Amino acid sequence: MSSALDHKKPATATAPAGSARNALASMLRLRELPVIIALVLLVLVTYLINPLFLTPQGVKDLLLNATIVMILAAGQTLLIITRNIDLSVGSMLGLVAFGTGTIFSAMPDLPIAAVFVIGMAFGALLGAINGLLVTAAKVPALVITLGTLYVFRGLNNAWAGGKQYFAGDRPDAFGALSVNTVLGFPIITMLAILVVAAVAVYMAGTRPGRDLYAIGSDPDAATAFGIKVSKRVFLAFLANGALAGLAGVLYASRFNSVGATTGTGMELTVVAAAVVGGVAIFGGSGSVTGAALGAVLLTTITSSLTALRVDKFWQQAIVGVLILTAIIIDRVASLRTAKKLRISEARNV
Amino acid sequence: MQQTDSSRSGPSADGAGPMLSLSHAAKTFGPVVALADGTIEIRAGEIHALVGENGAGKSTLVKILAGLHHPDSGDFRVSGESVQFRNVGDSKAAGISVIYQEPTLFPDLSVAENIFVGRQPKGRFGLISKSAMVREASGLFERLGVPIDPTRIAEGLSIADQQIIEIAKAISLDAKVLVMDEPTAALSGVEVDRLFAVARGLRDKGTGILFISHRFDEVFDLCDRITVMRDGRYIATHRTADVTVAEIVREMVGRDIEALFPKTAAEIGDTVLKVDGLSRAGVFRDISFEVRAGEIVALAGLVGAGRTEVARAVFGIDPYDAGEISFKGSTLKPRDPQAAITAGMGFVPEDRRKQGLVMNLSVARNVTLTLRNKLATAGLINGAAERRAAQDWSKKLQVKAGSQEHAVSTLSGGNQQKVVLAKWLATDPQLLIIDEPTRGIDVGTKSEVHRLISDLAGRGIAILMISSELPEVLGMADRVLVMREGRITAELDRAVANPESVMHAATTSAGGTL
Repeated sequence: MSSALDHKKPATATAPAGSARNALASMLRLRELPVIIALVLLVLVTYLINPLFLTPQGVKDLLLNATIVMILAAGQTLLIITRNIDLSVGSMLGLVAFGTGTIFSAMPDLPIAAVFVIGMAFGALLGAINGLLVTAAKVPALVITLGTLYVFRGLNNAWAGGKQYFAGDRPDAFGALSVNTVLGFPIITMLAILVVAAVAVYMAGTRPGRDLYAIGSDPDAATAFGIKVSKRVFLAFLANGALAGLAGVLYASRFNSVGATTGTGMELTVVAAAVVGGVAIFGGSGSVTGAALGAVLLTTITSSLTALRVDKFWQQAIVGVLILTAIIIDRVASLRTAKKLRISEARNV
Repeated sequence: MQQTDSSRSGPSADGAGPMLSLSHAAKTFGPVVALADGTIEIRAGEIHALVGENGAGKSTLVKILAGLHHPDSGDFRVSGESVQFRNVGDSKAAGISVIYQEPTLFPDLSVAENIFVGRQPKGRFGLISKSAMVREASGLFERLGVPIDPTRIAEGLSIADQQIIEIAKAISLDAKVLVMDEPTAALSGVEVDRLFAVARGLRDKGTGILFISHRFDEVFDLCDRITVMRDGRYIATHRTADVTVAEIVREMVGRDIEALFPKTAAEIGDTVLKVDGLSRAGVFRDISFEVRAGEIVALAGLVGAGRTEVARAVFGIDPYDAGEISFKGSTLKPRDPQAAITAGMGFVPEDRRKQGLVMNLSVARNVTLTLRNKLATAGLINGAAERRAAQDWSKKLQVKAGSQEHAVSTLSGGNQQKVVLAKWLATDPQLLIIDEPTRGIDVGTKSEVHRLISDLAGRGIAILMISSELPEVLGMADRVLVMREGRITAELDRAVANPESVMHAATTSAGGTL
């Protein structure tokens, strides 16, 4: 009996030409590509109309504005990739930011590093609550975190009351993190880029990171493969909480006042950043880098519309259109794939 | 149980025992016996076919091998050692890989990653080495002689390629036994040839393969031995060279029919439904048939042959690419179920719970669901009229419900089916399409449903019945249309339809080896 394994032709004969084509194709397939193009165009057009947009101070402002959303978007991506979501990030950030203000006013001599650790641990605890509720109660994350959004905000209100802490209550060195620069980047922006890079490496290059994609791509199949779905999802919530904690501490460094309403409504910007950055809202695909770029695009668009003297009302509408465009592009792409699939199957009948 | 085992003579020639053996495994789900006697033996370096009708217990047996089901009793050995799988992982660890008809890949992940999920090769800094992963995947495809780009995402791959990827995964896991559950059902001729070349190659390297198929030409072409199952029981194992297709078919269907189904002769009238050249790419092709008043036409065939899809297209739920449907002489608009209902068509779907009934609504509400316009005065539904209409029909059909106001979910399967029928009869249809009328219904109620359908035909309603149960088809139908892979392969009159002729048309391609 002749065997297919013995006399097969080398399948790699066409590989060189194929791989060059693949490289180009995969670049065109790159989910981040539209957002990169949009960002470059936006900055270019704004600069041509208003050259003041790209002064050193202008660039620094753009980066500072993007920093906090970038970190939150990185955390949110961990969750959206697994078909989950955390709507309570704004409330978590608020609690940690107010906590940071409180700590500094109570213990002005505490090392700044210790405050970062405390803030992230506090955030991780809040994230763990979300994670536990979602994985143990098997209720969709959308509902659970909508609940904790209000619970955490309520705690913040009860704790802060009418009290606010101002930059003057905090050490100068802490505020300086948002003012001083390294290689032209504000220190907290550098920190955010490092965090995004770390999360990106984790998601692309480790087995647990890849598991997150598998979970979001097909949760049942992931279970069947023996991936510990609940554990991975719980840890993703915990990590997202820690990142929200980090963002809360940075918020206290960057902005003058922290109080009961700090971070209100931020969750929507964060989810929008991820979606605009090409993270599929139904999980399974997208990248942290894309989400971070989405954050930069969203915050930059607001700045550039201001620089172009566009009415505040239109700014929001334009951001909305951007989100819809991103979703439509994504939908059209997946419909095209589905159609291709049906046609290729049709040939089999 | 007759044991016509023509080949089992203890251990195989080289003295080694079978790679996998399952004897007398039983599995019940509540009162339902899914497997009464599951027995199979797979040797190293053989391709072993498992054949049987729908519901013969093949799937249950496969799920036991895969570690998805735990047998209630029986002996299960791999390489001579007794095993008890707790989950899929145990089965994989024992060297068993199952390739399903439609594999479950992660659509968003690359082909290479799908092969190595959870065990990706690592490179520098303990990070996953994408290049090593792609290289290993390419190596596997090269061994299989199949060019698939390991870097592309799995979404959009043909079923055939997805199966090859599953096989590549099995090889990379060092599988000793490969179970292929109807792998060729969705493949084209070329793809089947490729799959068979791969399977033969693996066999020659000593892998034991269990091949489940309904296509006898493939079974006889590819397999070394054949095991037949019927009604959840092992019937026999043969060496392929020692048997004929006719003998296998007889073993598959061998049982008494008739008896159960009180078909009464009905006067056959004019053509009610005429379907002409209906096609939908990838689903069915060139379907033409007629149904006349008072006639019961059965659409027979295996699960997945495209019968339900044809019915759904006729009723206007699904679109079609070509062809024409005329109903009572006038052309029916495609994709418009409302028009079909208005014209006088009714559709009783296979899955009552999902498509036929609103489970939480009362019996009365369900019966009158299709009647709302007739019962309404100035847009508001008259509650008293609704109850009257519902009572009327429920009585005629002998629905056994405590009260018309009880939720449908509290009724038995047979009574639920009667409610669905009542719902459609209340619209006074001229054609009723019934998909699997007695699935999940106990034997006693079954014959009641059959009597009812027969009654309806007697009143001049044209009936198009889809059924996977041969006795039901042969007992009820005036005419049998047999479908296979999206085409009608035979049209048999009641007089000439028998288990063998229907099974042949359902399983064997026209140019087959019969």
